[in-house]
Amino acid sequence: MQRLVRETAAIVEVELIKLIRDPTELISRAIQPLLWLVVFGQVLAQVRGIHTGQMSYLAFITPGILAQSILFSSIFYGIAIIWERDLGVVHKLLVSPAWRASLVFGKAIAAGFRGIVQTVVIYLIALAMHVSIRLDPLAILAVASSVMLGSGIFATFSLIIACIVKTRERFMGIGQVLTMPMFFASNAIYPLDIMPDWLRVVARLNPLTYLIDALRGLVINGGASVYGFAADFTIMIGVFVVLLFIAVKLYPSLAE
Amino acid sequence: MNQTAPDDPDQFAILATALTRRFGTLTAVDHIELQVAYGEIFGLLGANGAGKSTMIKMLTTLLPPTSGSAQVGGFDIIKSPGEVRRRIGYVSQLLSADGALTGFENLLLSARLYGLHGSESRSRIDDALNFMGLADSAKKLVKTYSGGMIRRLELAQAMLHRPAILFLDEPTIGLDPVARHTVWDRLLDLRHSYGMTVLITTHDMEEAEMLCDSLAILHAGKISVIGKPAELRSGLGDEATMDDVFAHYAGGSIHESGTFSDVAKTRRTAQRLG
Repeated sequence: MQRLVRETAAIVEVELIKLIRDPTELISRAIQPLLWLVVFGQVLAQVRGIHTGQMSYLAFITPGILAQSILFSSIFYGIAIIWERDLGVVHKLLVSPAWRASLVFGKAIAAGFRGIVQTVVIYLIALAMHVSIRLDPLAILAVASSVMLGSGIFATFSLIIACIVKTRERFMGIGQVLTMPMFFASNAIYPLDIMPDWLRVVARLNPLTYLIDALRGLVINGGASVYGFAADFTIMIGVFVVLLFIAVKLYPSLAE
Repeated sequence: MNQTAPDDPDQFAILATALTRRFGTLTAVDHIELQVAYGEIFGLLGANGAGKSTMIKMLTTLLPPTSGSAQVGGFDIIKSPGEVRRRIGYVSQLLSADGALTGFENLLLSARLYGLHGSESRSRIDDALNFMGLADSAKKLVKTYSGGMIRRLELAQAMLHRPAILFLDEPTIGLDPVARHTVWDRLLDLRHSYGMTVLITTHDMEEAEMLCDSLAILHAGKISVIGKPAELRSGLGDEATMDDVFAHYAGGSIHESGTFSDVAKTRRTAQRLG
């Protein structure tokens, strides 16, 4: 256990050093949520075509855009993994006696910290637009945990895809094909009950839906989770554990 | 080939028995028998695609063999990969040092992954930096290093945990002659100071003659000859050079071989080395 913590920390620290040294990616990742909230959110709020109950439309989509931005930045984690494979970094990690679980878990946690940075950016945008954000410490702590968990899920999912496709070109294609449907087949920008039945079924199977559901209760004043936090977190933790197991099995194949 | 079967497997740093790896219908490594004694610098030569890298990947536990077995440092690569990993160091053909980190940070990561910490880790890192002549550049980002410095840093990373056996896949590919000689000097010193066994792949005949106590030439996944460099030369006549030895045993010309991906990979490494 101590070994797992120590090795995981080594991987996380390296990722954080790199992130701090070159934050350009973080900055460019802030642009998309800005567009969604300031342009899309404000325009659709005028239409009042989507019924979001007590919540304003902008408040409704803020957690959705937060989750989307976590999904988009984490899902391309696989590109970095493929890059590391092309550079021989993966080989170097895999000939070390470090546990494969530490290597994979370290990447997931590092993705979580990126997600936290995204969260701060989106909170700032939302506050500037007078969205009523919950700022009590407990809510913030719970949001941070959800964001870490969500980032870990999508980064690990991305790592699994990277292990299967192994080249950047194929990954880019698959990444595009996966992210947009996952986003639209979720409760990010409209509630599940206005969806056609078939889409609602897909959305119920989408882990992004549960991340957004938890965030909707935790980020927004007066927001509520439809499925309940216990269900949201149980599902997310379950998905994360399953993905971690698969990733640990597949990761060594990157060096073959 | 003219070596007798060992009575005691522990006397060999590397012992491969009918080691085989297939990729689909291609047999990259075909029932190879190999014995490398402790303390030896052993060269694995062959044209691109002859099976050198596949061999090294299996021996370093990166790639499971299709059949056959091997012991490295006295442990089975399939049954005890963790024990094998603890006893080996590996420098890949690719430049695996992280350019976005400093030399020191690269070493610190290796130290932590090998379970070194505290003052022990610190003193090993200092030793390695001094040994490789990198102490002055330790705080600089690796992307500012020259190709030769990156190679020396990678050797430093690979030796931190004092492995019994070092695997080097084309360690001087793409380096200029001065940088190449520095890497060779460091390797010979490393063997001298720490008694490491070194398995090196190359298709550079000067390197093979300069460094290796013995070498094996691979052709189409099989060993076509094993011997000391001088013996191999004299076996082909008085005038024979190492290039002649290579051409004779590696199956055809030294210059025309390699698949597209081999060449692309080599170019990429050379490009990064500038």
